[in-house]
Amino acid sequence: MSYAIKVENLSKKYLIRHQGGGAGQAALRDVLTEGARRLGKRLLGQKVAAAQYSEEFWALKDVSFQVGQGERIGIIGRNGAGKSSLLKILSRITEPSAGGVRLRGRVASLLEVGTGFHPELTGRENIFLNGAIMGMSRAEIRRKFDEIVAFAEVERFLDTPVKRYSSGMYVRLAFAVAAHLEPEILVVDEVLAVGDAAFQKKCLGKMQDVGREGRTVLFVSHNMRAIRQLCDRAILLSGGELIADGAAPQVIERYLRDTSATGEQGSLERVIASLPEDPDFKLESIGLSQGAQPLGAVVENDKPLEIEIRYRVLRRCTGLRVYFDLCDSDETLLLRSFHDEAGEGIPSVEPGDYTSRAVIPANLLGPVPYELRIRATIFNVRSCLPISGVRIPLTVALTGKYNQAYLEDTFRAKFALPLHWETVRRP
Amino acid sequence: MERGSDNEIVIQAGGSVANYWRDLWHYRELFVFLAWRDVLVRYKQTAIGILWCVLKPVTTMVVFTVIFGRLASLPSNGVPYPVLVFSAMLPWQLFAGTLTDCSSSLVDNANLLTKVYFPRLLVPAATLVVNLVDFAVAGAIFAGFMVWYGVAPGLNLLLLPAFLLLALLTAVAAGLWFAALNVRYRDFRFLVPLLVQFGLFVSPVGFSSAVVPESWRFFYFLNPMAGVIEGVRWAILGEAPRLSIPGFTLSIFLVLALLVGGVVSFRRMERSFADVV
Repeated sequence: MSYAIKVENLSKKYLIRHQGGGAGQAALRDVLTEGARRLGKRLLGQKVAAAQYSEEFWALKDVSFQVGQGERIGIIGRNGAGKSSLLKILSRITEPSAGGVRLRGRVASLLEVGTGFHPELTGRENIFLNGAIMGMSRAEIRRKFDEIVAFAEVERFLDTPVKRYSSGMYVRLAFAVAAHLEPEILVVDEVLAVGDAAFQKKCLGKMQDVGREGRTVLFVSHNMRAIRQLCDRAILLSGGELIADGAAPQVIERYLRDTSATGEQGSLERVIASLPEDPDFKLESIGLSQGAQPLGAVVENDKPLEIEIRYRVLRRCTGLRVYFDLCDSDETLLLRSFHDEAGEGIPSVEPGDYTSRAVIPANLLGPVPYELRIRATIFNVRSCLPISGVRIPLTVALTGKYNQAYLEDTFRAKFALPLHWETVRRP
Repeated sequence: MERGSDNEIVIQAGGSVANYWRDLWHYRELFVFLAWRDVLVRYKQTAIGILWCVLKPVTTMVVFTVIFGRLASLPSNGVPYPVLVFSAMLPWQLFAGTLTDCSSSLVDNANLLTKVYFPRLLVPAATLVVNLVDFAVAGAIFAGFMVWYGVAPGLNLLLLPAFLLLALLTAVAAGLWFAALNVRYRDFRFLVPLLVQFGLFVSPVGFSSAVVPESWRFFYFLNPMAGVIEGVRWAILGEAPRLSIPGFTLSIFLVLALLVGGVVSFRRMERSFADVV
């Protein structure tokens, strides 16, 4: 069989440091003081405890699969399932710890939209720079230059530094360059989470074109509708392992079925622990409970669902908003609620530890898969958590006063609000 | 990583080093673009760009001339003191600029490095170009200076590139180590300017090496930049060099060893780079 991608026994190990401020960069200062402290202890004849510095964490465990030429394949899985690690290895940003990958042809990724754009440079200059970074030759860029400019609709601003571009123009230009790459293998990671509806539509259209041209597409998303629409085949990852590989509808069904009320609590903690550091805001924990009991396997819809978000504010900031989104499995936003909704004006938050609680009332959620997304932003500045928030899937069971004679899967709505009906027989 | 038959890319644990250098060649156009970007950005506001790279050597020259030449009355062997200082500022600035840019290059380009693959060695290498452009601009100013003071270089000038090459090699050798350390330790960047500052005072920039006692010269010239500066003065001003040949030769070997070690440590860093930053 002619393959485009062949992944063989791929594993990726990360070391999580427990001291010295979590994963990532260490401070030389800490390393030196720790070293001096240990040396001092040894000189004084005290026992030195074994350094408990790091812990292994396998982001990918022995994953193997093949993707045929021209196949469009979706990769699904919860946060921390290993999807990003897989993509990073495929695009050669990081090396595997064991196993290997064979790729036939050039790989490009829509994940890199705008990578390397320099705000001081003009649109024209950035097209060349960005094109080169994404692997186009100078001749290739020159050939497609007019096409890129037309696609992005920025003709009049070609010689304006991109720092003066509106965010819409910026994204259009960045996407135009990416769209004119001609890779044999295209990797797409959650692009649909950014940009406006028109942009998302453009992305989807482009990806369909690419597939039609016989090129291979690897699509990672939490958006099941998009996966169903674009991919023939899907792969399900969980805890770094490949647990299903087959026709997209079946794999998606398996994914939705496996997702328990909130998933394993451990994985939520891991997701929180591995959040990128933010200078102002640190999410400490998210607690879900019903009637003072931690949430079980399912959310019982006749009881209120309490959401408790514990966080630390590191610096005084104005307009910090902690909130959550409630989405359905197609990523449609159903409800958004902010912690300061009851207040007035834009308050400043002093540094310190905070707990914000919200309650989703009883008899509101229906027996459909939801996703709760915990988010935090500083108003008009930036998001303090990853763009799609901390995702918590919810499974809800109808336990309230509904007619139990009918099956749950006849339920077709997003909410299950029991309204008061009065039905009388007219004489 | 290697390129197999019919454009097949093989990614293996532990990555093969064999084709790294071929990959480097393959990405040569990107090198040009990265260097072009750095130059463009630095000289974007043309007037300020040029002013910036002139201001630094000129102010240092004035300060050193006043302190070492006037107040301390150090010898200058008949060369006008400002010319003596400026001729040293040229290679020093080239060295210090390259070293500083090299050291911070990986961290500065982190958003690029965590998103796209290319041989990471290109990033510190591209900083050479912008510093050479700075050097050319400062060199033009210096040429005007020499005309003003009526100092003309002789045939020695032909050897100037050799000394500049050594300055660049020294900067890159140390820069690669620093770049890797910068990634590993987030507070290392505070140390780099300190080291550069220290280097400025122990190298014969503000004074001639004539002030260094004969018996110390061997050790003094273990600092490759001391040799480079004296060499440049010899090439431009035709001054009899006060080099300690054994010391200078040894320093060249030290630089080469440092460079090889730097490339090796950089290569090792490169493989886990995206996991750390």
